[in-house]
Amino acid sequence: MANVPEDLHYSKDHEWIRVEGDIGTIGITDHAQHSLGDVVYVELPKTGETFAAHESFGSVESVKAVSEIFTPVGGSITEVNETLQDEPEKVNNDPYGEAWMIRIRMSNPGEVDSLLNAAEYEDFTKAEETE
Amino acid sequence: MRYIPNSPEERAEMLHAVGLNSAEELFASIPADLLLREPLRTPAAISEMELLASSEAMAARNTAARRPSFLGAGAYSHYSPTIVDHLISRSEFFTAYTPYQPEISQGTLQAIFEFQTLVCQLTGMDVANASMYDGSTALAEAVLMAERITRRKKVITSSAVHPEYLEVVDTYVQHYGVDFHRVDTDAETGLISAEGLNSLDDQTAALVVQSPNFFGCIEDVRALAERAHAVGALLIVAVTESISFGLLRSPGACGADIVVAEGQSFGVPVSFGGPFVGLFATRDRFARQIPGRLVGEAVDKQGRRGFVLTLATREQHIRREKATSNICTNEGLIALAATIYLETMGRQGLQEVATQCAQKAAYCARRISELEGFSLPFSAPRFNEFVVRAPVGAKGLLSRLASEKEITGGLALSRYYTDRPNDFLVCVTETNSRQEIDALVEGLKELIA
Amino acid sequence: MSQSTNITKAAPHITQNESLIFERSQTGRKGYRLPPLDVDETPLDEIVPAALRRDDDLAGMPEVSEVDVVRHFTRISTWNYSIDLGMYPLGSCTMKYNSRLNEKVARIPGFANLHPLAPEEDAQGALQLIYELQESLSEITGLAGISLQPAAGAHGEMTGVMIIRAFIDARDGAGASAKRRTMLIPDSAHGTNPASANLSGFTVKTIRSTAEGFTDLDHLRELCAHGDVAGLMLTNPNTLGLFEKNIKEICRIVHEAGGLVYMDGANMNALVGVARPGDMGVDVIHLNLHKTFSTPHGGGGPGCGPCCCTKELEPFLPVPRVVKDGEAFRLDFDRPQSIGRVKAFHGNFGMMVRALAYIQTHGNDGLREATEAAVLNARYVAHGLTSDYDKPFAADPMHEVVFTDKRQSRKGVHTLDIAKRLIDYGFHPMTIYFPLIVQGAMLIEPTESVGRQELDQFIAAMRSIAREAVEDPETVLGAPHTTRIGRLDEAAAARKPVLRWKPKEAASAA
Repeated sequence: MANVPEDLHYSKDHEWIRVEGDIGTIGITDHAQHSLGDVVYVELPKTGETFAAHESFGSVESVKAVSEIFTPVGGSITEVNETLQDEPEKVNNDPYGEAWMIRIRMSNPGEVDSLLNAAEYEDFTKAEETE
Repeated sequence: MRYIPNSPEERAEMLHAVGLNSAEELFASIPADLLLREPLRTPAAISEMELLASSEAMAARNTAARRPSFLGAGAYSHYSPTIVDHLISRSEFFTAYTPYQPEISQGTLQAIFEFQTLVCQLTGMDVANASMYDGSTALAEAVLMAERITRRKKVITSSAVHPEYLEVVDTYVQHYGVDFHRVDTDAETGLISAEGLNSLDDQTAALVVQSPNFFGCIEDVRALAERAHAVGALLIVAVTESISFGLLRSPGACGADIVVAEGQSFGVPVSFGGPFVGLFATRDRFARQIPGRLVGEAVDKQGRRGFVLTLATREQHIRREKATSNICTNEGLIALAATIYLETMGRQGLQEVATQCAQKAAYCARRISELEGFSLPFSAPRFNEFVVRAPVGAKGLLSRLASEKEITGGLALSRYYTDRPNDFLVCVTETNSRQEIDALVEGLKELIA
Repeated sequence: MSQSTNITKAAPHITQNESLIFERSQTGRKGYRLPPLDVDETPLDEIVPAALRRDDDLAGMPEVSEVDVVRHFTRISTWNYSIDLGMYPLGSCTMKYNSRLNEKVARIPGFANLHPLAPEEDAQGALQLIYELQESLSEITGLAGISLQPAAGAHGEMTGVMIIRAFIDARDGAGASAKRRTMLIPDSAHGTNPASANLSGFTVKTIRSTAEGFTDLDHLRELCAHGDVAGLMLTNPNTLGLFEKNIKEICRIVHEAGGLVYMDGANMNALVGVARPGDMGVDVIHLNLHKTFSTPHGGGGPGCGPCCCTKELEPFLPVPRVVKDGEAFRLDFDRPQSIGRVKAFHGNFGMMVRALAYIQTHGNDGLREATEAAVLNARYVAHGLTSDYDKPFAADPMHEVVFTDKRQSRKGVHTLDIAKRLIDYGFHPMTIYFPLIVQGAMLIEPTESVGRQELDQFIAAMRSIAREAVEDPETVLGAPHTTRIGRLDEAAAARKPVLRWKPKEAASAA
């Protein structure tokens, strides 16, 4: 059963965001890393780039698949997790911790309100699976 | 039919087993009005003996294949050690599929890994792929890759790149918004012109040169790399005569960012233009932008080394319209031939062949330049090809040389350049004996006298 | 970074432990001998100045004897599966027997030693051969225009899509054509289709397949209603092995919407001598000589991907064309509407020699016979496996059939495991996880080159694996057990790619 921490917000594209002030830390969920399998490469943007909510900011690759990653909220990138370049396996091992991907200064923190909470996200993934 | 194992009786039994009465019923899912009612109007079956006889007769009409030849220009006649064709003719290699199942494809995979390594060593680059169709399409892919890396749309090319390569690039980029811009060759040296290089600017994705170029002249690749890098552009170097790697400084050592080459020179017959093999190499930092297949080292659970197709997410079967290329089938067996050739010739052999080519070409060029009325229009150093200016039209001269002296003397450049009616391109390799070279020189002399 | 220091041996036998040639290299060994230089020597500096010459002495390149090379490649060759060893049931790959006769013909010196720039009058045999193959392939496809220049399927496909683009540009004018940039591609298509469409400046829209495994006509009509469709790329029989029975209607819908129909000819082995794409309404198609016409796959290539099209599209074919002029054959460069050249010289001529030999030795009746045998073999396998494997589509398959791992996956045994276990039974696995729309797909194409006993053995092996999946899943999950090496850690290989050999010092420094 996939791990879904209570203190995060989730998108239907299977990203999570942790909000501290106007900074959001973003990664992909445990459910997402499970369905991808062994992650072999993570492509991330550069600090300073700006993205609108739900825009693709990078991609995650397994041996035989590529998935785009979308930011749940808009804003400009303040920090990128460079360690994923050399250790993409962190995405499998610690998706909510060491494998955070970007920090973003949110241009409209209100966008967080439209995201799912942990219980809603869990229901969402269950519904997707039975589809 | 001798290639179909099942006898008519067996086929009848199998039809019965699947609940059918006739072969026609196998095609019941095809609408009746689409079924052919008459046999195809293709030839009737012939036997092995008849096929060999008719093929030999057809091949005999290729009279050029029997004459001593000084044709190069992208396809080169070199000696291929006997074991090259012998080893690629092993069933295990030539009747195998693409190595998607690594446990039963280690022979092919290890050979490709060796091929990739050899291409890196020759070109002086970090990473090479498992092959492209040929040099021309490899160049087109390099141009597209430079556009992806730099996000710039202008590509400057020397006009002394093989004209057919340039045409192929034109075709590939025509819907890609890339401005593929040719610049002049210096009339005196035969190298890319200084004025041409001035069109490099901060919108330029790449500078493309061939070295030795189409006229046989060796470009100053190091200086060109500096010029390209100064404006943030990549340098793409194309090589049509790969034996030159045995003598000339590698493009990688000169600062090239992408190197493409035609590998046919490595033991592969000229075969009227194909199958050949495209070499494609680049820097580590661009590895994820490379087109085509890559083989990498891997280990199994017991720690045993093996090889496997890797970084496949770049490719069409996974990334589909966003793939780095549409290529799937490449030139696997020809890459194997090149690998066997290079390993047989080895470190010393490749240098010796290259040196012989350069020496024989130098001798031939000197002898021709001493003939009354003939000259060598370009001053730059050359490897094994050079342009000769004749006192008369080159096409007619070469045609007479073929019919009267039984020698194919080279390529009349009027085929590609209407402003060069008297020029022809001569290529000399280790297979051209002194006797052949002398006969060429004598022949030219007599025809002009 | 290299793992070469901590390698354990694959197996005790030396033929199973052949190292990389670079690791075998011994300074001073030679595998060649050239005749001595027979011309007056020029000082090297006068030919090429030192600044332009290599100064690395090709360090790292191998130095081995001829015996070393022969043993090296002979040993590693035994680690390959091959058609000559047994059945190769890869769906959509058409791994049929490669005749030795065709190999012999391609090596006739008059073909192999002919330079591509030889004057036309001195290359009449080669031009005639190309012309005759063009004529036969035109007849087989029912399409009048043809170019043999493309080097492989994806290359022929790119050529075909560029022809569609050029035709529409010419027909509609640049302005109107710019509004037609949508290429429709079924969700079951080969990945090369969208990649080729992208190269020609098209945006891909995906057409759904119906639950029965056919192109969804309603969805096609809907997508064609916007006036932006340039064409449709369709494989027929499709990648599920089913003949698109509505093909004429499909072509009509696309044509009425102003688009053209491109057919991926990967599956022509189901149709040769039985039905012709040109008669179905298809405008342009590529063939794979390395599938349907038996030229060897060579461990990944070379191929040859002729592009055939209607009379109307002929002006747009690549330049030059091989034409017959009275009794002579020549290259026609005067093609102002051509999309241009897609490859230097004339294409993979050596493959053309083999393909024409295939057509000539089979004869028209033999070509049809091969098609019948291929479809019968696939039907026989379909029949033999239905009891043990889930067959997602009810319609009768043509030359290939798709099954899934639905029943086995309940026990945790998946398609990959079944494929790997098949290796232990002596067969090459089928195509797996393709087409993408079928979960756990196993696409099986036996071709005509397999006899009944071997088909029975294959069916028996597959049924045995199905039993193992229930009774002894661990055996299947750990397969293969009989190969020189086991399943490789592909994730680790992709995370830290080692793509070339390096000398030990350099490798450990990196």
